[in-house]
Amino acid sequence: MNFIWEGIQRAVYLLFSGDREVWEITVLSIKVSGAATAVSLLLGLPAGTWLALGQFPGRRFLLSLVNTGMALPPVVVGLWVSIFLWRSGPLGDLHWIYTPTAIIIAQTIIAAPVVTGLTVAALQQLDPRLRLQLLGLGASRLQMIVMLWREARLPLLAALMAGFGSVISEVGASMMVGGNIRHQTRVLTTAIVLETGKGEFAPAIALSVLLLLLAYLVNLAMTWIQQSGVRK
Amino acid sequence: MMGINQEIRTANPDNGKAILEIDHLGINFGNQKVLEIDHLSVKEGESLAVIGPNGAGKSTLLLALARLVPYTQGQVIFRNQLVEKLDELSYRRRIGLVLQEALLLDASVFENVAAGLRFRGLNRLEINRQTGEWLARLGISHLQNRSARQLSGGEAQRVSLARAFVLQPEILLLDEPFSSLDTPTRLQLLADLQQLLKATSITTIFVTHDLDEALYLGNRVAVILAGRLRQVGPPNVVFNAPTDLEVATFVGVETVIAGQVISSQEGQVLVQAGNLRLEAVGDMAIGREVLFCLRPEDVTLWPEDSSPQSSARNRLKGRIQRVAPQGGLVRVAVDCGFLVTALITRASYQEMALAEGQSVIAAFKATAVHLIPR
Repeated sequence: MNFIWEGIQRAVYLLFSGDREVWEITVLSIKVSGAATAVSLLLGLPAGTWLALGQFPGRRFLLSLVNTGMALPPVVVGLWVSIFLWRSGPLGDLHWIYTPTAIIIAQTIIAAPVVTGLTVAALQQLDPRLRLQLLGLGASRLQMIVMLWREARLPLLAALMAGFGSVISEVGASMMVGGNIRHQTRVLTTAIVLETGKGEFAPAIALSVLLLLLAYLVNLAMTWIQQSGVRK
Repeated sequence: MMGINQEIRTANPDNGKAILEIDHLGINFGNQKVLEIDHLSVKEGESLAVIGPNGAGKSTLLLALARLVPYTQGQVIFRNQLVEKLDELSYRRRIGLVLQEALLLDASVFENVAAGLRFRGLNRLEINRQTGEWLARLGISHLQNRSARQLSGGEAQRVSLARAFVLQPEILLLDEPFSSLDTPTRLQLLADLQQLLKATSITTIFVTHDLDEALYLGNRVAVILAGRLRQVGPPNVVFNAPTDLEVATFVGVETVIAGQVISSQEGQVLVQAGNLRLEAVGDMAIGREVLFCLRPEDVTLWPEDSSPQSSARNRLKGRIQRVAPQGGLVRVAVDCGFLVTALITRASYQEMALAEGQSVIAAFKATAVHLIPR
């Protein structure tokens, strides 16, 4: 049982001594998941707005797809992104497999439905007559949409946080499309899997503390946003 | 262009001063027709009250005029141009819209009032000047930095009015803006709105189901019942001479008696209704079937054994069937062979010691009667 105590001691040392590899992995995780979240926002905000405000045939079907997408298993995403990016696959010529780009693509596929679905929910909780009122004040369609985003800013921020939260902690897709290559595609979750597999608990514990800290910071921000949105 | 001009000429035969003309307008929701208006013109500077019960289609009309609900048929002409030919955004920017709920943005009062000006891309100096002016005119300057989420209903509706007025619209559309307010706040806002409308002469279309509001604000009144425009005219005409039974009922005519004209000369008409002969003022051919209409406030009640000190030509003996107090007034239904409803003050009700079952005389002037041909 001694190895647990030793593991924790070494983990603390790794964290506070500024171990280069630990910080490299952490920074790459934030970069990759941050980029995937940003792309998800660029895709999910317009798509969610369109689904929330638009009236067209097939809207409910698309909404059900988005809702299903919110619960996509990362390993399934990893499988299909791998197939597409595989050297002999449809996008093999891009040579993206086992690169951070591949992880960003997979994580975007995981986070985009989350951002889209929560954007729909955020906009649909606004009074539908607000749209009429804004148009009645002379807003263009775009001005109206920007004002609706502004009105729903708190739940939209929460959507963004939830998107980030869904990818920073996933391991399956990152492992499959990134390959967990040292100094290249090793992120917090894949590194923890690797170190644990090797029986190297100290770095695994150190990395898990960092991952927990990141997840905690995201949730802290979300809670703060939600609470400041509570009307007094 | 020829085609458009011709259409306008046919739709606008006699009124050069109309700012808005509605012609054969029809609006469907799905397969259901919710609004049908053959013709309605709104004159520059007037205040038109559109009245009707809830669900009659009044708000739909307003939203259609704001181009926020599409119409299925007909046309709307704004300053001699077909509205559907005008650029939608620039048309919307020439009108102002105030809805029943204030629907303020989650921002300061100032930002709410300035919103429409920002949409129009005005510079900061102009926005500050105009917003400041209208905050003052609505008496809400002291609230300008307060969050719109922390306002009372009356304050919120003032902000809502200010943000419409600040745009100096050519037509102001108001959809029951005061219906969710308590009475004192409502009356104060109505008085202020009336002042503003007078001072600015903005053409206003005001939707309400409250007859008092319509009387107070409207130069003209349009009655919409079950999706159809039934009557348009000055308030005294609509309220005292409704075109048909349904309009009469909506505008508060409570006594309606079927009868037949048995004599008509020099503007005096005698109507036989059951065993009774009633006098009215008007011009109707002898033998004509009519509805004899009477508003409750035009009926006075007298004790049975008195001789009424009144010039009323019609005096009917009857028995009080029902008494319903209403604020400072009492509504009394008297069975005179048919029901005649009177609205009297609580003071005179107590003074005469009236009670259900008691015999009384119901009196009303021939001039208070409105005859509707059947």
